[in-house]
Amino acid sequence: MATRTPPETAADRPPGPASGRAGRPPAPEKARRGRKSATAGTGRMAALLVSPTLLVLTVVVLYPTIMALRESLYGTKGLDPKTGFISDTEPFVGLQNYTDIFGEAGERFWNAFWNTTFFTVVTVGLETVIGVAMALIMHKAFSGRALIRASILIPWAVPTAISGLLWRWIFNSDGIANALIGHQILWTTEGFHAKVAVIIAEVWKTAPFIGLLVLAGLQVIPREVYEAARMDGASPLRQFWHITLPLVKPALLVAVLFRCLDALRMFDLPYLLVGAQKSSVETLSMLAQNEASNVRFGPAAAYAVALFVYVLLIALGFVRLLGADVVGDAGGPGRKKRRWASKRNRVEVPA
Amino acid sequence: MTATLKWRTWLLYLGVAAVVAYCLAPFYWMLVSSLRRTSDIFDTSLLPAPVSFENYRAVFSPSQGFGRALLNSLIVAGTTTVLALLLATFTAYAMARLEFRFKRLILTLIIATSMFPVVSILVPLLKLFTDIGWINTYQAMIVPSMSFVLPLAVWNLTTFFRQMPDELEQAAMIDGCTRGQAFRKIIIPLAAPGIFTTAIIIFIAAWNEFLIALSMTNRPSIQTAPVAISKFAGASQFDTPFGSQMAAGVLVTIPLVIMVLLFQRRIVAGLTAGAAK
Repeated sequence: MATRTPPETAADRPPGPASGRAGRPPAPEKARRGRKSATAGTGRMAALLVSPTLLVLTVVVLYPTIMALRESLYGTKGLDPKTGFISDTEPFVGLQNYTDIFGEAGERFWNAFWNTTFFTVVTVGLETVIGVAMALIMHKAFSGRALIRASILIPWAVPTAISGLLWRWIFNSDGIANALIGHQILWTTEGFHAKVAVIIAEVWKTAPFIGLLVLAGLQVIPREVYEAARMDGASPLRQFWHITLPLVKPALLVAVLFRCLDALRMFDLPYLLVGAQKSSVETLSMLAQNEASNVRFGPAAAYAVALFVYVLLIALGFVRLLGADVVGDAGGPGRKKRRWASKRNRVEVPA
Repeated sequence: MTATLKWRTWLLYLGVAAVVAYCLAPFYWMLVSSLRRTSDIFDTSLLPAPVSFENYRAVFSPSQGFGRALLNSLIVAGTTTVLALLLATFTAYAMARLEFRFKRLILTLIIATSMFPVVSILVPLLKLFTDIGWINTYQAMIVPSMSFVLPLAVWNLTTFFRQMPDELEQAAMIDGCTRGQAFRKIIIPLAAPGIFTTAIIIFIAAWNEFLIALSMTNRPSIQTAPVAISKFAGASQFDTPFGSQMAAGVLVTIPLVIMVLLFQRRIVAGLTAGAAK
């Protein structure tokens, strides 16, 4: 799932002359006659082109989400504690699945919640540091670029499930990891070392991806900026802190946002590296999947909804942090568009 | 001066070597382990002493059903890719070229969809598919996969379509083409590289999917390769067949590695399309 591309350019590119038709202000007098019918035709065509995608997404995302909300209000089939009858249908329990989270039964949920949070913070932090370091090396390297580019894509291309098994093998009690450190650690059993194993495997897979995105950000920084800084006598470290980092920040933050959202729904890696129902690595996705596979759909849906809300909050937090740069519709671009249009008008009026 | 320059060049080579080693070492270990004999699978030498294809033979022994799993993976990932490309091409064209109401809102919603935790749509879909008898079918894996590949495809293609000069199409329309014809005859051929890049990225995403494939199937004959490998059985209950798991892992990864090696430039362009600006 590390394949998502950050939604910056297309969503946020302020419509201008360079971006084609999108931002062209209404053409004056001449074109106005034919405009109405053209717009209607365009609208109809757009609706025709966009509706299949929207239809599919409604069926596979919107409908399940609404159903998950509904489902989370129902309990599990079985013995009804009040009547003593065995019910064939799932009883309506209201918000009980959610309130259970805060009660005694919520221990497993909170454990999964903190695991998820811990994994997200630690892996994304490490990935960012390693990724930026990789990007700096790659940016400087002139020979062997193709080799680096090919090798950096390999961890991304290895299926997460396979990399889970691969790391399980590496961290096996007689495996290479223990041979290298000359010390027997039972990595894939319960405990803190299991967390460490998951973190190492996850960072291996995704740090190169951050490196790739940061490299793309580095490549658009004009060379002159560095030359000027060198002439002013700035040390490489100062150049990094005061030029490189601020200039790649937008690319980096988008990469970090996407990595965070990916890490929050982590499933395959801990599931295969350590195993299902291992409390030291169980994430919210694993918990919800496990409940669902045990036909306890109500609690499963409640946990899934909780995870969804968590992801949403983090995403919104990032959008606030970045301003309108991440999601194009946050109002910023609209303002830019108007500003641009009015500037254009001002220019045109005297002409 | 030259001494520091030389020193720096060496440091850079060292850095490059470190990056390559970091990325490839675990993959190399999978390759090496897959070529060991079962008897020396716990050997930690860097090269397999006698190279053996024993593990590969074990993977393809009929009892594992791995060939079938590969075929399943190919069907699921292939169909997902074709469907997503088909729908996304139209949508992305509209997003890049047409001006209509709610455009930004729609694009934002489509992109926001890809941030969704898959597990939150899984529970209701699992229930629904159980009711309509879709469990253990290809469509039960293809349809939910749309939730994350379709936004990805729309997003990628929109970026590619925007990079194409608008004038070409307008020239075609002045020459008497309708918008549809201009799209079919001018845009599609020109966008072919972008569509191809998107196809590779979607295919890899769909091929690597695990959670949906795991939850929607319980019959070995319909499982995709990653799920099948995770369920490989050893000789005894406590014996994990690491050798054949690694061999199967190599086999599942090799198509992707070949794609990456062949099209690395394009894949990088596709992956970083949005990040660099």
